[in-house]
Amino acid sequence: MTDTSASAPGQPTAQTAGLASGGAGSRRLRGARNYLALIPFHVYIALFLILPTAIVAVGAFTTATGQPTVDNVTRLFTDETFVDAFTKSIELAVSTAIAGAIIGGLLAWAVVRGDPNGPLRQLVIAASGVLAQFGGVMLAFAFLATFGFNGLATMFVRDALHVDVLTDASWLYSLTGLVVVYTYFQIPLMLIVFLPSLDGLRQEWYDASASLGGSSWSFWRHVGGPILAPAFLGALLLLFTNAFSAYATAAALISQGASIVTLQIAGSLQSEVVIGQENVGKALALGMIIVVSLVMALYALIQRRASRWVK
Amino acid sequence: MSGLPATQMGAPAPEGGALIVAPKGGGQRQRMTRGQSIARVAILVVVLGYLILPLFAMLEFSTRGDFGSRSLDAFAAILGKQDLIDSLTTTLQIAVLTVVGMLLLLVPTMVWTIVRVPRMRRVIEFLCLLPLAIPAIVLVVGIAPIYRFMGQNFGKIGASPLTLALIDIVLVLPFAYRAIDASLRSIDTATLADAARSLGAGWVGTIVQVIMPNIRAGILSASVLAIALVLGEYTISSLLSFNTLQVVIVVLGKQDPFISVAVSFSALIFGFVLLVVIARVGAARRTNRQVEEPAV
Repeated sequence: MTDTSASAPGQPTAQTAGLASGGAGSRRLRGARNYLALIPFHVYIALFLILPTAIVAVGAFTTATGQPTVDNVTRLFTDETFVDAFTKSIELAVSTAIAGAIIGGLLAWAVVRGDPNGPLRQLVIAASGVLAQFGGVMLAFAFLATFGFNGLATMFVRDALHVDVLTDASWLYSLTGLVVVYTYFQIPLMLIVFLPSLDGLRQEWYDASASLGGSSWSFWRHVGGPILAPAFLGALLLLFTNAFSAYATAAALISQGASIVTLQIAGSLQSEVVIGQENVGKALALGMIIVVSLVMALYALIQRRASRWVK
Repeated sequence: MSGLPATQMGAPAPEGGALIVAPKGGGQRQRMTRGQSIARVAILVVVLGYLILPLFAMLEFSTRGDFGSRSLDAFAAILGKQDLIDSLTTTLQIAVLTVVGMLLLLVPTMVWTIVRVPRMRRVIEFLCLLPLAIPAIVLVVGIAPIYRFMGQNFGKIGASPLTLALIDIVLVLPFAYRAIDASLRSIDTATLADAARSLGAGWVGTIVQVIMPNIRAGILSASVLAIALVLGEYTISSLLSFNTLQVVIVVLGKQDPFISVAVSFSALIFGFVLLVVIARVGAARRTNRQVEEPAV
């Protein structure tokens, strides 16, 4: 769904496939047998990916006793708590995606302009991999150590600079804190996603632009910018999805006042007590799937366009 | 991230993104103007500084001793926390199971697809990337009833935290697929397999002795990504009430943040070292290939 340009390097095996499926009866039988070997994989995916998704989708439209209903889903649009949760989640995802894409994009540019095999590039990429993808809870603690009540930055600003802006660290445990921490892990994710596209910008294009009298600015305005635009947009969408689906950091930072969708879903899982609301969590989850799927579909479209120039 | 990498893990670019793909530019880079050099250095200092600050703060925070002195007490205390040690043991076991299960599920399927049913390649790819569209928090909602069923019907095994490997395999699929796929594309898998088969090797022998040694880099990256994912996984284990490392770190953080910060810092450094190692191995392998096969 993401890599639409995948099969480009001419698949040498395509002819064999034609033979296997094109022939007479016995060949067709062998063709069918070839598919059997893929059954374990499909069964596994069905059990641990498709079935859970189906449970969510069906559950969203049934009551606790199994009667069909649309109440759970309509509550997403009428219950203020849930409308608010989706609004906050989307605001959080949009703002941190934009901030992360711009800052991370600049960082990627700065890294690409260095030695392609140098230690800086390798270290930055490895560190980005950790921070962007495996941080979760640990990043919450990193920010607690930085901007918490006894954090390094909090104490430095208070004791050394004698300024009181950071002293009340409770902002860290609110939506503002989430924006700051999320942006922190969006930057390295942007770097990982965007770096290959920047690498794909060819020296020849720059030379061509320069030999026609183009300045650095006109290169970016007329060549580099338009070529990178789809990749940048695609990265922006991935960052959105990333922030929209994130749970661990928020759960570790915010202990009460579950304001965003992922925290609401967790809350509904942990305390399924209110009669008549058992499946509201599933409706919330379905809402998330729909938002993420729409964004990913858009991503696949853009990716197809992006792969035309930068592969 | 999200936590999970699940997420959380957003999706790196096609074919493994920067983690795996070598820079294509390689050669001469355009010369920079003075303004660009200054801008580059300024960006590096400011952005990298911001990225490093919280990590440095963790180190500073976790080494605080009495009256402004430095001490490693928080790190030493890790060993004294039995629940922390237990959770680490459990998490490492889950990591091993996830790596083995992921390889068993992916490698034969992917090799078979390339050699025998190439038209299914898009389908397999789609299924492997599908978890990116299903956030971990959503997966856990749908999988909780399945785990309840397993816990009630499969006795001790069904209720063991080690069953988390089953979901972790799903979560790591997109990343593992890309890593292994990039390796498989760099060799002529179909020809290798046909050659091995025509010399009398069975399918198991072909995959284990012929294909796997040739895609070592991809297998290594996929395994490291799986280990890192399991070590950082919080969403699923916490909501299914299994005490993995991250779950215990959070619980502990409420009583003694110093120890939690110390453990978090160690885990991040460990993940960083793992990724540097695969980057090194990948780079070394590329260089070797260039030396060995100059004609290609």
